Parts: sequence; structure tokens; C-alpha cells
Amino acid sequence: MAAAAPTSRGHGLLGYGPTALALALFIWFLGFLPVVSAGQAASWAVPWIPVLGIDLAFRIDGLSLTFALLISGIGTLVLLYANSYLTGDPQFDRFVLFLTSFMLAMLGLVLADDLIVLFVFWELTTITSYLLIGYGHDSEKSRRNALQALFLTGAGALAFLAGAILLGEAAGTYRISEVLAQGKAIQDHPHFTAILILVFLGALTKSAQVPFHFWLPNAMAAPTPVSAFLHSATMVKAGVYLLARLHPAMSGGDLWLYTLTILGVVTAVFASLLALRQTDLKQALAYTTLMALGTLVMLLGQDSGYAMTAFATFLIVHSLYKAALFLVVGNLDAATGTRETDALGGLGRVLPMTALAAALAGMSMAGLPPFLGFIGKELTYAGMLQVASFPVILSIMALLANGLILAVASVVAIRPFWSARQPKTPVKNAIPWTMAAGPVVLAVLGTIFGIMPGLLQNTLVAPTVLSLTGDIAETKQLKLWAGVNLPLFLSLATFVLGGLFYAWHATLRARLAMLDRLPNLDEAWDRFMASIKTFAIALTSRIQTGRMTDYMAVTFSTIAIGLIATVLLRGLPPLSPSFADVTPIHLALIGLLLSGTFMATITRKRIAAIAALGVVGIGVALVFIFFSAPDVAITQLLVEVLVVVLVAIVMLQLPRLRDYPNRFRPGHAVIAAGVGGSVTLVLLAILSTPLDRRLTTFFETASWPEAFGRNIVNVILVDFRALDTFGEVAVVVVAAIASIALLRQNRKGRS
Amino acid sequence: MSWVLVLPLTIPFVTAIFAFLFREQSAGRWISVAGSAALVAASLVLLVQTIDAGVLAAQMGSWAAPFGVTLVADLLSAAMAVITAIIALAVSVYALADIDADAERAGYHALFNVLIAGVMGAFLTGDLFNLYVWFEVMLIASFGLLILGGKPEQIDGGVKYVALNLISTILFLTGIGLLYGMTGTLNMADLAGAVESADPGLLSVVAVAFMVAFGVKAALFPLFFWLPASYHTPHFAVSAVFAGLLTKVGVYALIRMFTLVFDHDIGFTHEILLWIAGLTMAIGVLGAAAQNDIRKILSFHIVSQIGYMVLGLALMTPLALVGAVFYLIHHIIVKANLFLIAGVADRIAGDTDLSRIGGLYKSAPFLAVLFFIPAFSLAGFPPLSGFWAKFIVVKAALDVQGWVIAAVALVVGLLTIYSMTKIWAEAFWTPHPDGVDPSLATLAPATRNALVLPVAGLALMTVVIGLVPGGFMSFAETAANQLLVPDAYISTVLEARVE
Repeated sequence: MAAAAPTSRGHGLLGYGPTALALALFIWFLGFLPVVSAGQAASWAVPWIPVLGIDLAFRIDGLSLTFALLISGIGTLVLLYANSYLTGDPQFDRFVLFLTSFMLAMLGLVLADDLIVLFVFWELTTITSYLLIGYGHDSEKSRRNALQALFLTGAGALAFLAGAILLGEAAGTYRISEVLAQGKAIQDHPHFTAILILVFLGALTKSAQVPFHFWLPNAMAAPTPVSAFLHSATMVKAGVYLLARLHPAMSGGDLWLYTLTILGVVTAVFASLLALRQTDLKQALAYTTLMALGTLVMLLGQDSGYAMTAFATFLIVHSLYKAALFLVVGNLDAATGTRETDALGGLGRVLPMTALAAALAGMSMAGLPPFLGFIGKELTYAGMLQVASFPVILSIMALLANGLILAVASVVAIRPFWSARQPKTPVKNAIPWTMAAGPVVLAVLGTIFGIMPGLLQNTLVAPTVLSLTGDIAETKQLKLWAGVNLPLFLSLATFVLGGLFYAWHATLRARLAMLDRLPNLDEAWDRFMASIKTFAIALTSRIQTGRMTDYMAVTFSTIAIGLIATVLLRGLPPLSPSFADVTPIHLALIGLLLSGTFMATITRKRIAAIAALGVVGIGVALVFIFFSAPDVAITQLLVEVLVVVLVAIVMLQLPRLRDYPNRFRPGHAVIAAGVGGSVTLVLLAILSTPLDRRLTTFFETASWPEAFGRNIVNVILVDFRALDTFGEVAVVVVAAIASIALLRQNRKGRS
Repeated sequence: MSWVLVLPLTIPFVTAIFAFLFREQSAGRWISVAGSAALVAASLVLLVQTIDAGVLAAQMGSWAAPFGVTLVADLLSAAMAVITAIIALAVSVYALADIDADAERAGYHALFNVLIAGVMGAFLTGDLFNLYVWFEVMLIASFGLLILGGKPEQIDGGVKYVALNLISTILFLTGIGLLYGMTGTLNMADLAGAVESADPGLLSVVAVAFMVAFGVKAALFPLFFWLPASYHTPHFAVSAVFAGLLTKVGVYALIRMFTLVFDHDIGFTHEILLWIAGLTMAIGVLGAAAQNDIRKILSFHIVSQIGYMVLGLALMTPLALVGAVFYLIHHIIVKANLFLIAGVADRIAGDTDLSRIGGLYKSAPFLAVLFFIPAFSLAGFPPLSGFWAKFIVVKAALDVQGWVIAAVALVVGLLTIYSMTKIWAEAFWTPHPDGVDPSLATLAPATRNALVLPVAGLALMTVVIGLVPGGFMSFAETAANQLLVPDAYISTVLEARVE
């Protein structure tokens, strides 16, 4: 919503600059018309990531050029419009940055000739869309809806990414034109079904097909220029674009045909019913966008020349009238402060240019002659009638949807301006020319193309059909008068039906309330998001308990399980322990070590536990003595005594262990036995193999002649492996620093 | 040329000594900055020379391998050294504003530089026992840093950190003993050859011991408890350097040992790693979804992202290892940066608990941009570095028909978006609950520069890696080839001239 009365100047250069950029791009793209209408394509490529075979490759053919012209052309008008619409908005700089970035990303998407590059731009449109839907970031609803769109299309995008990787693998290249050049050969690949499903998930979420449709009406939380541009004319057609792009290689199979036809038709009918249900004009338009996307998807499910021509035409028709009508609604909103259908009336004289645009665009949307919408609708009917399996049902569905859309078009484009029964809405703000220009230009174009369809026939429609089928001869003629045929009768039936729907739309709207009883996916989404969080919290609180004993138990269990399982699965060499050397002293030593350990585990007193560990330490020192390493034994003895004394001193400072449960914990015993037992087992296995004495021999021989020391251990410590000792010295010093820091803080804390 | 290998290890120690001597004056912190800058230069020289030579090795104390300790750099080690130095520089600049005088007096800069030295040592050593020594250096220095400030939750986190890491250290030492008993050598290049004559079953058991020991360090499932228990408690500079580097040393050690030494039974060891990778990704990201504090969210995401790197190792194809290497480099930059940004948000908005802050998008747009880049990079959005990292790993999984693990990687990516947008929506988009407009302008210019410059620099690196990933990926490819075919590594270490 505009923060201040819109002016034509808006934000000055900040608004005009990007508009000029878009216009320049539009003119530049127009320059490709001769090449493309001749059935050629222009392409560039530079290597980007050679390791992965990804090139920055771009290609302009009929389909790309149609999209590029729509994006840059509508982009020009929307940027011009937004500059005035958001007059006085303090965050316009960000807005225009996002909107321009979006436009460039969208252009990149439709021009990319590399699957991965296409994906990169695909996600850039997702991000910019997120930022734009969340533009009114102070509102909880905007934030939620932005996230919903991001999450849903993001999920689809990840599926598409997997599909793109598999497709690239199957085709041996990411270059789209090379993939397409292989024709339908890809359909024989064993991964084809998976690829198709993944691509569908990406395309159908992005283009908001049932059951992924619900994010799109919510995306209307964005400012109206955004809705006109992203969520109607361009971004939501990215999914449609992807399907169209891959149509030559991937269409024709049953999965393709039935998925797209059924989802497309269901979306179209369902959305047109819901469109009539809305009272907010912007919401009504959002649902008609869904209907249009459904129609496009359904058409892409087919192969016939009629369906392809209808797709190419309807794509252009819809972008023109729908962007125009969104901007019209924006003008109504800016002028009166409301978008509610029942509050709007009598505005025809006050907003003449807007009213003119609304009328022209509305009639195109309704599919009346002589507008382009009429031609689009006729071709669509013709395309449906070509469908082999169920033409009648499809045509009836399309008839129903088109009738409803006619009624909605009347509600949106005619009623607020001309209905005699509506109250006159007071107008607060004037609409500057910059905001009238967009809708008028778009609506007039729709009229001109309707009267002179030849302008589009060979320039854009035929090249697009070429992109879709590989055969330009498939293109059907765009004609206002195609003779007396079935599509004509269907058109006439549409007008009658639409007229009836409009006449009874208030009643119908009330009746359509029963649709609310259908499962509400939007609310289900909230529950889904909440359940993610609930599940995450439940799981995490079980894992990250905060209790040290749990952490210790899991860590030691992992050690024990890992070692034991590997021993069982991978086997150990035969153990050959020899008890020949065992003396009574050894046995006594073992007894000492075991009893110390056992004592430490069962005692309830800290001091006793420390003393018991000291016993173990001394036992180890004795082991060293018996196995002729007296210097190591001395060190061990010294350390052991020091540790016991120091820890005992610390212990005296600690409070007594009181509520320490004196119970046997079998779980802990098992873990301890597991760790100790498995390590012992491995040790025994290793001792059963001969030791490689290369290092020992070297140290023995080199110690005196080369390192000038007779005590080999010392020489190892200070010469052979001096770097280790250096590191250990650092450890001791740092330990001292850390202890002092801790003590000092402790003292400060107390004082 | 042994000095190029020795300098990256010496510089932080020397810096630590001088920073400690001058800890009472402001000179101490500038010594730390200068030392880190010198470290960047030294490690870049190392990288350049390694690229030229393939592998560099130096025999410490002039004792020929395998009798002494060898320092060695292949492309992976050299790259890790550079990235460590860069993080060290970024964090020491950030510390100018983040670390209070009390912590400095307690020896912050000395501890920090010893930590960096330990990390460097771990990346550059070619000796298994020496690696253990650097692990100990890192452990004690990081413990010191963790408890600086002495808040109760710091002590609590510190105790868990140190106790669980000590288990890992002891197991590591046990593993070294076992491996030495089997082969009679500690030199890793020498081990690569020596294990060939070892009993394969026994070797697998020892491999699992190492896997668990390094798994604790790398914070793999189910061994990661110490990380979320402690990383949200210390100074922001400290948690940033931890987040960037510590777990990655564990991952590095896994990659090194499980490409060089334990590659005899890939069908077993790397299959375990594959499962662990999937679980680590999933459990980590769900842990993040349960949090409501920026640093706690980010901490769990470290765990989750480690899973992707280990997945690269587990798949063990050339492309998968490219992914692991690329992921390591990308992740260190991004994750350290996010913790630094959390500190800035805390400084100007007053907290890191998402329910207590907000409004940063409106009144601190520059910070919003700086957060957006690493956050969406972490979430794997193109064309940022994280996208390519994820892309390679997922592609590597799909190439070997690893449908399930590829699906896990993708869904975890989606949940990463969930967490990053949670921070974005609540800290940035939602108005501040106290009705204030947090702004960078409220900071003193010197403070602001010290906090924002490193963040901006790291964000810029993320963008550059994302936009021109070709060179980085070619580098990662060469590094991965060195890992898969370590002949040059082994021969260089064993034949390096004694000077």
C-alpha cells in the first residue's frame, strides 16, 4: 500500500534508472525478432565450471524470446508504475533493487541454455520473490507467506535440482539445446521416470498447480506491482517455461500426458471457482492466475499443433491482460484505499484511463472478440478437442472455467467502474500518468494483437511452436474468424454461461462457501510447520539431554559397540596367548590393578576413589618396572603421587557427596566391560603378531653415534621427536595460563 | 624448503609469547593482529609452493622419515592452512572490539594463538603421534578460551567439552598404540604402506577406533554432545574460531586417515561413514530447528553440515572428495562468519535469543546484507558457495545411485533454509520487541570497523567463491586426486631430503 499520495516523479532517478534499464533490455530483445522469426536461434557460451561441465550458456529461440520480451516489457511498465505507487516509501531503494534483480534473474532463467545455470537463476527468482513477498516485514502475515512461498517452491526446486543432475547424467550434458537435440531418446533411459517426476515437482510447485497452489494467493501479501510482475505475469510461469522448454524431449508419454492434463484441468476449474468466491479484487485475480497456469500446464500436456499454438498465444494473452488488471486494482487501491469489490463503484468517470484499461483488459480476459483473449480461447478449445482420450470432459471443464473467468473479469474490470447499482466510492488520491501508462499500454496491446493477430503469428507464436515441437509447420493460424466450427459454439456457450454466472455471482459466491469445507491445505501447512518444530524439539530433548552421564554413556557405548561389532563382522586373526612366562608376581600385579579399579567403581567417597585410582597408577608403574623400563616407571610414579595429592586437596574443598545413589548400574557395567573387554581383545590380537622393530632398532643404533645421547628415551624426547615434546610443553604452559585465569575469575566472582 | 612448512607453525607460537608478555597493554591485541597477518602471508607462500611442487615435506630435527617427525603439505593441508590463517586474521581483528580487558589480561591472545598453532600443526603434520600432540594443544587452549569470563554456563559447557573430548583423546592414543603395535611406525605415509601387510580384520577394528575418536572431534552423530553444550557460551570471537576450525580438524583427520591409511576395506568403513553422515546431517538440522537462540541454531548446523563433508568422504569417488574438500573450505568461512555476525547482532540488538531481538533489517540494512550472504550460502542457495558444495556432494551421491542419501542431503538442505529464514524473519524482519531500532551507527567507529570489516571480508569471499567457483573447484579436484592416489604424498614424505 502506498505510503503517500502517488506522484509521477516518485523516487526520481532511483525509480527511473531501473525503468530505463528494463526498457533498454526490451528494445535489445526486439532486435532478435528477425533472427528468431526466421526460425533461427542466437546463442553464447563461456566455460564457467569446467570440472563439472557447466557453461554460462545462453540461447534465444522463439520460446525464450517470447518470455524475454514479456519480462522486460512488463518489467519496464511495472518499474515505472512501482516508482509512483510506492511514493514516499522509505524502503523503496531495497524494493527496486529486489525487483530489478528479480527481472534480471528471470531473464537469465529463460535465456539459460544450461540446466544448472537455469537452476541458479530459478533459485534467484525464489529468493527475490521471498524478499518481495516479505516486503511488508512488520506484519506477521507477510513473513509467514514469504516463508511459505520460499519453502514450498524451494522444496520443489531441490527436487528439480536432483532431476537436472540426473537428466544431465542421462543425456551426457547439461546443455539444454544438446539435450533437446537428442530428441525423445532420453525417454528410453532407465532414470527417465524419476527425472520426469522430479522435474514435475519443481515445475508444478513453482507454477502453483494443485496441490501446491496455496502459496500463490498468499503471495499477494506483496505490494501490487510485485503481484502483477512476479506472481502473475512472469515468475509463476517459470514452471510452465521449464515444462515447455523440455517439451520436445520429454512429452508424449502417458506420465507426461496424464499428469499435466489432469493437474492442469483440476487447477483451472478449482481456481476459477475460488476466484468467484473472493471479495478482495487482488485475491480474485490471484485465483484467475492459477486458472491460467492450469490451462497452460494442461495445454503443455498435449502434442497437437492446436494445443501448442494455443499455448504460445494464451501465454502472451494472459501476461498482457493479467498484468494490466493487477495494475488496475493497484490503482483502485491507491485511489480509494480499498480493494473490496462491494465497496467499489462509480469510478469510471473519475479514473478514466484506468477504466479504459480495465475494460479492454477485462474483455480480453473474458475472451470476447475482437480481443486477443478471444483468439487464445478459441485455440484452447481447438486444442482440447484434439486430445485423444477424453476431449468431451476436458472441453466441458474448460467451458466451465472460462465461463467463471468471464464472470470474474466482469466483477474486476467492469463493476467498480460502471455498475449503476454500486455506491460511488470517494477518491482520495489522483492517479499519475506513470500508473495509468502500464495498464493502458498492456490493454491496448491486447486489443491491437486481437484485431491484427498477424503481428504475432510469425514473429513469436510460430517460433514458440517451433521450440515446443521442433516443427514450425505445426503452427495454426491465429484468426478472429475461424469459420463456423465447434470452438465457435463453445465460445458462444462460454458467453452465455459467463453472463449467467455474472448475473448470479453474489448468490454463487455465497454458495461457494461450501468449498471452505474442503481440506484446507493452507492451514495444513501451518500444522506441518508446527509439527516440524514439535518433532525437532521432542527429538532434540531426548538426544541433547544436558546430563553429562548420558553423554558419557552414549560416547562409551559407541566405542564399545563400534569395536565389538567390527570384531564380529570383520574377524580377528587367531589369538595365540602364551601363559608360559606368567609368574606369581604378574598375577599379584593383575590382582592389584583389578582391585584398584573395582574399588574405584564401587566406593561412595571421592577420596577413596582417588586413592583407588592411585593404586591402579602404582600398579602400572610396577608393570613398567617388571618390563625393564625403570625411567618410565619413575615418571609414572611421580605423576601418580602428584595427581593423587593434588586431587585430594581439591576434593577437600568440595562439598560432601550426599544424595549420590549407591545402586548398581548394570547398564554402566556393561558399557565399561564392553570398552575394556574389546580393547583388551584387540590388544591381545595385536600382541599375537610380531612387532616391526624398525624404529626401535634405529633409535638403538643412532642414539649415541648420531644424537650423542645414551638414554634412548631422553633422546627420543628431546631430539628424534622433539616437536612432540615442544607441543607437550605448550600444553603444560597453556594449562597453567588457563588455570590461573580460572582461579582469578573465581576469586573475583567471590569478592 | 623446510621453512615454508615450519613458519605457519612458528608464527602463532611466537605471536602467543609476545601477546602474553604485552597482555596488560593494548599492544597485545595488535600483536595478535600482526601475527595473524603474517600467518596469512606465510600460509599463502606455503600454498603457492605446494601448488608448484605438488607435495612438500620437511624432516624435523633432520631425522629421516619415518624415524623423526615429518611436516608435510599436500594441496588439502596447504589450503586448510591458508583458510585457518584467514579465519585467525578475521577473528583477531574482530577481537579488537569483542574481547574485554579482563579476558585480555587473563591471556586471551596467547590462548588464541596457541589454538591456531595447534590447528596449523594438525593440518601440517605427517606423523600420527604428532597429530595427537596438536590435538592436545588445541584441546587445552580451547578449554582456556571457552571458560574465559567464568560465567556458570561457560564452566558447565567447558566441563562437558573437555570431558568428552578427553575420551576422544584417550581413544585416539589407544588407537595410535594399537596401530604402532601392528606396524611399528607412526609416520602416516609410512603407515600407508605398512598396513598393507597387516591383518585386514584387525585393521578394520583399529580403523573404527580412529573413526570414533575423530568422530568426537568432528562432532558426528552420536558423539556431538559437547558442541551444542558449549559453543553458545564463550565470547563471540571464540565461538567463531571454534565453529570455523575445531570440528574441521576432526573432519580433516578423518579424511586424511581414511584416504591414506584406512582404505583397505572401503565397503565396510566407508559404509559406516555413509550412515553416520546421513544421521549427522538429519539429527543436526533437526536439533537446529528446535532452538531459538542464534548461536544454538548455528551450533547444531555445524553438526549437520559436517555430515555433508563426511558424506563426501564416505562416497570416496573422485567427485565426492572434491565435494568434501570444497565443502570444508566453504563451510569454515561461512560458519565462522555467522558466529561473528551473531556477535554484532548481540551487540546492537541486545541478545541472541530470537524472541528478544528484532528490527535489524529496517535499521541495520548493511548487517542484513552481511547476514543474508552466509546464511543463504549455508542453506545452499545459488550462486553462493554453499550451493556448489551441496551440488557436488549430491551429484556424487546420485552418480553412484545413492538415492536415499541424496534425498536426505536435499531435505536437510530444505530444513537448513527453515532455520536460516527463522533467524532472518525474527532477528531481521520482525520489529524489535522493545520498540527500538538497533543500528550499527550506535557503535563507536573503531568498534564498528573492527566488528564489521572481518564480517564483510568473509562475506565477500563467500560471494567470490560462489560466482567464480571454477578455479576453486579445479583446485579441489587436484587436491582430491592427491587424496585418492597418495603416491606423491607417500614418496615425498619418505624421500624428503634431510637438511
